Amino acid sequence: MAIAEDRPVASGLRVALLEAGLLIATGEDGLYLRDDRFERIVVGIDHLVGAAAAPDVDATYFLPPVMPQDVLVRTGYLRSFPQLAGLVATWPGRPSDHGALIRRLEDGTDVTQEFVDHALALCSAGCHPLYPVLSGRLPRGGRTIEAYGQCFRREPSLDPARLQTFRQHEVVRIGSATSARSHRDHWVERALEIHRGLGLEVEAVVANDPFFGRAGALLASEQRDQALKLEIVTPIASAEEPTAITSANCHLDHFGEAFSIATADGVVAHSSCIGFGVERIALALLAQHGLDPGRWPQTVRDRLGLSERNP
Amino acid sequence: MTELTPTIEASVRRIVAEHADLVVDAASLADDTDLYRSGLTSHASINVMLAIEDEFGVEFPQGMLKKSTFQSIGSIAAALRELCEGPSAARDAGPAERTAGSV
Repeated sequence: MAIAEDRPVASGLRVALLEAGLLIATGEDGLYLRDDRFERIVVGIDHLVGAAAAPDVDATYFLPPVMPQDVLVRTGYLRSFPQLAGLVATWPGRPSDHGALIRRLEDGTDVTQEFVDHALALCSAGCHPLYPVLSGRLPRGGRTIEAYGQCFRREPSLDPARLQTFRQHEVVRIGSATSARSHRDHWVERALEIHRGLGLEVEAVVANDPFFGRAGALLASEQRDQALKLEIVTPIASAEEPTAITSANCHLDHFGEAFSIATADGVVAHSSCIGFGVERIALALLAQHGLDPGRWPQTVRDRLGLSERNP
Repeated sequence: MTELTPTIEASVRRIVAEHADLVVDAASLADDTDLYRSGLTSHASINVMLAIEDEFGVEFPQGMLKKSTFQSIGSIAAALRELCEGPSAARDAGPAERTAGSV
């Protein structure tokens, strides 16, 4: 496929995206407004994934951007990735406290220190809010669920593909150990086809999660040894260091155990998921085909539903 | 190859019994029994690692923080002996092992 004339230089991708008005800076690294040209690409990717998943799934859930705080603890996320987690803090004051608050604000006091945790956390991953809902006995044959929502990871960065808030579009399988592993392996191949059908140069590689701290190296080694995590990578901001745009994970019985989810036979359930990073896929498309979707190859535009009226 | 010191081996076996949460009795394990096949989970391996560091006052270098180090009582004891007897040996091996292991 011919390289578009306006394909941005890899190192200047963030600058190019800002100058083109596709991303609008907020002053916080990794946090941008996105204009409608960018969002139409994201919507197109969502429809493509949804259509691919439709024959397999028994439910589709749209997730709120926050979840009960104990999900962070029960999933093990707080133990493994404390550096990425976000909590929602709110002001506990009453109307009678308002006058004093106003005086502190006028004095320049940092009143955000008075905000306390209110048992909510920012959603950590597209499948995490599902597990408490699935506690109990699964139906025979297990479940395959499509889940879509906003996630938060506290990792401010100048890499335009490393956003602090981003959407994951997931297809989650929970049931027998065999079906969970098969689901992951099957969806890696389907995802490669979907990405290549959009003209992206992708490959699947064994990867590991960014486990925090010194112990993280040991956890990462064990995860890679069992190939529990596969990532689909493509060059975005750097040709030398490709970016993961989709990941496919085997959880073994980690969530089944933590959330007391059992198969119809009473065995602790295994789970797996594939998560499409829709903003990263959109960025990969912009890096590959150029910053003007109106000039992208017609097959790519057709697959994303980008018409003359919605370029 | 130096032989394992019984004291170190016995201490490792005790720590494994206390922290590894295995499905079998640690006393029944051979020095080369695969701990992961005996029920050692990823998070339990962290607990074993931290307990060993606390008891012996050592810190496993980055290059030793991999699955093979905690594969058996024998491999843990060998790594520990290297740390206790050779302060620079494990650190020197670390970066090269990381590079070789990268994909």
